[in-house]
Amino acid sequence: MNRYPVWKYAIIVIVLLVGLIYSLPNFFGEAPAVQVSAAKSTVKVDAATQSRVEEALKAAGLAPDLLTLEAGSLRARFATPDEQLKARDTLQRTLVPDPADPPYVVALNLVSRSPAWLTSLHAFPMYLGLDLRGGVDFLLQVDMKGAIDKKAESFASDLRTTFRDKGIRGTSVSRNGQTIEVLFRDAAALEAAKRLIQDQFQDLATTDSQDGSNWRLVATIKPEAARRLQDAALKQNITTLHNRINELGVAEPVIQQSGLDRIVVQLPGVQDTAKAKDILGRTATLEMRLVDESAEGRAAELSGGPVPFGSEKFLERNGRPVIVKKQVLVTGENLTDAQPGFDQQSNQPKVDLTMDAKGGRIMRDVSRENYKKRMAMLIFEKGKGEVLTAPSINGELGNRFQISGSMTVTEANDLALLLRAGSLAAPMEIIQERTIGPSLGADNIEKGFKSVMYGFLAIMVFMCAYYALFGLFSSIALAVNLMLLVAILSMLQATLTLPGIAAMALAIGVAIDSNVLINERVREELRNGASPQAAIHAGYDRAWGTILDSNVTTLIAGIALLAFGSGPVRGFAVVHCIGIVTSMFSAVFFSRGLVNFWYGQKKKLKTVSIGTVWRPKTDGTAVAEGK
Amino acid sequence: MEFFRIHKTIPFMRHALVLNIISFVTFALAVFFLLHRGLHLSVEFTGGTVMEVAYQQSADIGKVREAIGKLGYPDVQVQSYGTSRDVQIRLPAQKGMNSDQQSAQVMQALKTVDPSATQRGIEVVGPQVGEELTTNGLKALGMVVVGIMIYLAIRFEWKFALATVLANLHDVVIILGFFAFFQWEFSLAVLAAVLAVLGYSVNESVVIFDRVRENFRRYRKMNTVEIIDNAITSTISRTIITHGSTQLVVLSMFFFGGPTLHYFALALTIGICFGIYSSCFVAAAIAMWLGIKREDLIKGGPTKRDGGSEDDPNAGAVV
Repeated sequence: MNRYPVWKYAIIVIVLLVGLIYSLPNFFGEAPAVQVSAAKSTVKVDAATQSRVEEALKAAGLAPDLLTLEAGSLRARFATPDEQLKARDTLQRTLVPDPADPPYVVALNLVSRSPAWLTSLHAFPMYLGLDLRGGVDFLLQVDMKGAIDKKAESFASDLRTTFRDKGIRGTSVSRNGQTIEVLFRDAAALEAAKRLIQDQFQDLATTDSQDGSNWRLVATIKPEAARRLQDAALKQNITTLHNRINELGVAEPVIQQSGLDRIVVQLPGVQDTAKAKDILGRTATLEMRLVDESAEGRAAELSGGPVPFGSEKFLERNGRPVIVKKQVLVTGENLTDAQPGFDQQSNQPKVDLTMDAKGGRIMRDVSRENYKKRMAMLIFEKGKGEVLTAPSINGELGNRFQISGSMTVTEANDLALLLRAGSLAAPMEIIQERTIGPSLGADNIEKGFKSVMYGFLAIMVFMCAYYALFGLFSSIALAVNLMLLVAILSMLQATLTLPGIAAMALAIGVAIDSNVLINERVREELRNGASPQAAIHAGYDRAWGTILDSNVTTLIAGIALLAFGSGPVRGFAVVHCIGIVTSMFSAVFFSRGLVNFWYGQKKKLKTVSIGTVWRPKTDGTAVAEGK
Repeated sequence: MEFFRIHKTIPFMRHALVLNIISFVTFALAVFFLLHRGLHLSVEFTGGTVMEVAYQQSADIGKVREAIGKLGYPDVQVQSYGTSRDVQIRLPAQKGMNSDQQSAQVMQALKTVDPSATQRGIEVVGPQVGEELTTNGLKALGMVVVGIMIYLAIRFEWKFALATVLANLHDVVIILGFFAFFQWEFSLAVLAAVLAVLGYSVNESVVIFDRVRENFRRYRKMNTVEIIDNAITSTISRTIITHGSTQLVVLSMFFFGGPTLHYFALALTIGICFGIYSSCFVAAAIAMWLGIKREDLIKGGPTKRDGGSEDDPNAGAVV
């Protein structure tokens, strides 16, 4: 009765094997490494970069243990931190000739020491959270109301312009919070305006009313449009943050959406909070200016002559100088959107720009006067300007215009992104920050590891002393549980934090519950005079229902924590929940397998090694289990 | 080894009334302290700045306090953190000054007293995060309670569900009462521990009620009180051993886990101790007052037992 069919043993062996492979990378520790990634969207890290890095390292007499190119970043692993630092300096010199304008980010990092065959099986170690490795953690709140207000304002001015263009007279447009109010003198104008809004402003919903001699039209941004807007604002802010953080030279920054209107930024290894904050909070500005097309300007641009008075020299991304006038026509404030697309006539990539009413008016005036002349778009960061593009004006521009010609699809995408990155879509504010020093992180790892280890040892000693061989089986099952837990967390590439380690320790304590339940049941059956084989069978069978019940209730608590927790609580909840699920396998299915393997073959089993089974002398009711 | 050599059924329910009064008094005290003293909420809930500062020698907390006191912050807390060389400083959120200026000012003040002071970590939380955490914490608690009640009501019966949840909420309130009385810091980790304990100690009640159901089937002549007594007696050794082994790990966290896990482990310890007590004396007693009967658990009468056992995983093997 206590035998497993072969397939059950096969399942156990397979699970153990998979668990072992995927938990293994965590035990190799980490080695110092240098990571090279692109600092600009126009730069690619590829095989050519790899050979450049190889040569540079060889020239410096450094030999990396491992050089991998993966997902746009190159990592060179070294044996000692000394070599790592030397390699970083070497690469910094070779790859980044001008520190003011870095094409690559060369950063120190830690990579797993696990052997290549494990990596080729996609077995990676768990990612350590900031509280374990040190770094800065920010929570940013995006001001969505601000984003919507801004959009409503731009709708209001668009409406004003459109009404004027279409000859709808006698209107007054005003923004009231997030709604736009339009007053008309006659019903005909109102009807015309309504039709116009329906046609051209599909994101607006209108309601009209009449009071006295005034007709009033109230336009609101449709909820789905508002949602789309918020989503886009958040995405754009994340993109902008990405660009800025690249500059910090952080190996693995985490920039994630958290909830509807928050962004989490984690910068492992960064200690200088002030600098990080400065970079996060910086606003890049976009400016549009005319190119100086005078003879002197031309000369300065082509042959490097003196820059004429009233103009400035800026470099394009490819290093070509452009001489632009100092007068700023329009700033990024007036640019509402920039999207890549395709020109329908020439089928060439293009970037569509949308200006607000003021920007559109200026564009129209400027383009009329400067037909066939060039206009430069500059982006300023840290007071340093760079020309994104300088196309020539080929017609009268207005609210919407496009930049096209001699661009690839990627270039168009990049340009649109850079134009948009000129300003954050919505203002942001840091609402939480945490800095963990590297020594504190190392402390936390050690303490967490110690609590798990000593807790495990204490339970093991107790179980073996109290339940003898069955206690040993339980302890092995517990070890398997821990291994599976680590394996699953590694497979999910979950981030391990200190609360996560605490949950691991707690998982050990909760998992042993099932084994105690089983062992106590088996003893009880023996006490009531059941034969050893029958006792084992009944013990496992009867304990199962109870184990299921208790695990489900614990799981309910875990899921509630997962659903409503944030940050550290979530890390705890994930490990807690997975630990409960793995314990069902290890404590019941696996430990039964061990017991069956040991005792199942013995037909005339007389005793079971489960510690003392005490029998009361009198026939007390406590043990009055009838058959 | 066998710790529990119990000859006779222990009449747990004989003193149910007295014990319930004790429980009620403890509960009332906990509520009193919660209301009177309130929880000492961590910076995650209240907003503000927490700095961890390390010294080369043992830090003189008094001097640190004095140095910061001169800066004129109204409600500063200074305590040693883990070792005697590490100090934790809590500053309330200050209007008109950002956290950087605040921490720089404090560090400067500390360095003039002892130049070996170095900042190990800093945490700044805005006030809006705290409010959200509180509501989310309450939501999580609500979801756990409702979830467990629904599950138990399906698996057993509503009287058991209610008894279990009441008993365990009593535990939760008592844990909170302890934190209020001793003014221990109530952090997010402690909140997680409280909810984990809630899920975990429901196990105990489940185990006992499982046995109650089994006994109702088996011993037709016993009355309800005898059945409950018997169920608790036959599961008591298991209850204490499982909780004991969980406690071993929790103690390991308490001693080796450092300051971050200190209160987490403490909350778990109180939860585990009261978990044992409440599942033996409170849950079963409430179920008894609610008037559980054989018919509540065994539906359809004894003749249909075999037919009903198929969808009942608790029926187990018939020996």
